[in-house]
Amino acid sequence: MDDPPSFRHPGIRPRPSVGRALDMAARWAFPGAITALLLLATAAPFGVPGQAELQAAVALASVFFWSLFRPAAMPPVLVFLLGLLADLLGYAPPGVGVLSLLLAGGIAFRFRRVLVRQGFLTVWLVFAVVATGAALLDWALTALLTFRLLAPGPALFQAALSCGIYPALAMLLTRAHQSLAAPERA
Amino acid sequence: MIRLSIPLRQALAKLTLPVLIAASFALMLLGKADAVLAERGRVAVADALAPLYGVLAEPLGSVRAALDGVGDMFVLHAENARLREENARLRQWQSVALALDAENASLKANLHWIPDPAASYVTARVVADAGGVYARAVLLSTGPNPHITKGQVALDARGLAGRVTEVGTRSARVLLITDINSRIPVTLETSRGRAILIGTNGPRPRLAYWPEETPPQEGERVVTSAEAGVFPAGLPIGSVHYTSRNTAEVVPAARLDRLEVVRIFDYGLQGIVAPESPVARAQATAAAAAAERRR
Repeated sequence: MDDPPSFRHPGIRPRPSVGRALDMAARWAFPGAITALLLLATAAPFGVPGQAELQAAVALASVFFWSLFRPAAMPPVLVFLLGLLADLLGYAPPGVGVLSLLLAGGIAFRFRRVLVRQGFLTVWLVFAVVATGAALLDWALTALLTFRLLAPGPALFQAALSCGIYPALAMLLTRAHQSLAAPERA
Repeated sequence: MIRLSIPLRQALAKLTLPVLIAASFALMLLGKADAVLAERGRVAVADALAPLYGVLAEPLGSVRAALDGVGDMFVLHAENARLREENARLRQWQSVALALDAENASLKANLHWIPDPAASYVTARVVADAGGVYARAVLLSTGPNPHITKGQVALDARGLAGRVTEVGTRSARVLLITDINSRIPVTLETSRGRAILIGTNGPRPRLAYWPEETPPQEGERVVTSAEAGVFPAGLPIGSVHYTSRNTAEVVPAARLDRLEVVRIFDYGLQGIVAPESPVARAQATAAAAAAERRR
């Protein structure tokens, strides 16, 4: 595991106090909290067409991003709970969203050493492939679990929306990643 | 805390993801085996969020209305002319309807017609879309309301919207007639032919299983049928429309894409209510017996 940053940068360090510990904890909890908040916000009654697809897209993008850039703050157990929340909020058969989020997070974690060194375009491309796979998996599993042949239109729309929303969301999350969610700045 | 050796801890960390993936499959099986459990989870989340969404729905609705208002300003003149024309036409219809109503009342009086019992209803605000990607449903904020139960019928101002499928302490979920799992017995109003209205998740459900001699006519009104004891007869649903591929669809009268307020009617029909688990039924009977004993 990585050493705490204080060992790598010798010098004057703030004293460990209760306030600082709280600050650290808040920074560690940020990725999970922001993903849950995004899930709840996209379930709010905005009356925008395609809001259900937007919810799935936002959850996937957020889990993928944090699993890639701050995997310690997005452990699989947290992804599991977020997936469960997404399934309950999105009225999907329970377990479907859990599986696709776990797989997306797992793929990001597995290839993070390669991916973090690449430019944004490559990451986006990989995310597009992951999002398409996740949307198709959601579609297939929902069809299987409800015993109905569902039209593939919503799945393709969800995949396209995920790819489209990623740059904007990644820009915001990168800002947060470098400021709000950075434990070394506590 | 238990101190584990580093290799063991690494092995455990590697195992977490596969175990959780297996758990997600187990969750799917569990959701399939015990549908009530999944429903209870959803209802709990909906109950927690319904008041919040109820508060949010008000300002968001005002914003949407303001935006619509700006759009309406540009077509004010044309809209006015159209409404005048429509108003003149509706006045004619109103006089026809009043005459028919009077005639109907006198005929019923002559025939000693047994009137349908007046249904009681409650009105609830639609606070959120509750369909997800592969379903069509809405969430109602009901407050603590004992009058809403599963299987009751939801109508908006214009026609049938759907049926109540999940009831919580503060919220209820209405499955819309456009949902892919919706099957409604209907009557074609002019030919009196029976048919089934099948939801497709699209904006217009399609018709199926009509009698061979009375195919649905374009523009014909479609109303509910009392068959199966789920709906009372004669609730307006919409009108028939043929697609370019010659599929008979129904254009819903209710504005299902922007439902704001629905009325939940209790017609006292127990034809098809979602199956209750034997355990829950046994508990309900036991509770009723206990209440009886206490009295």
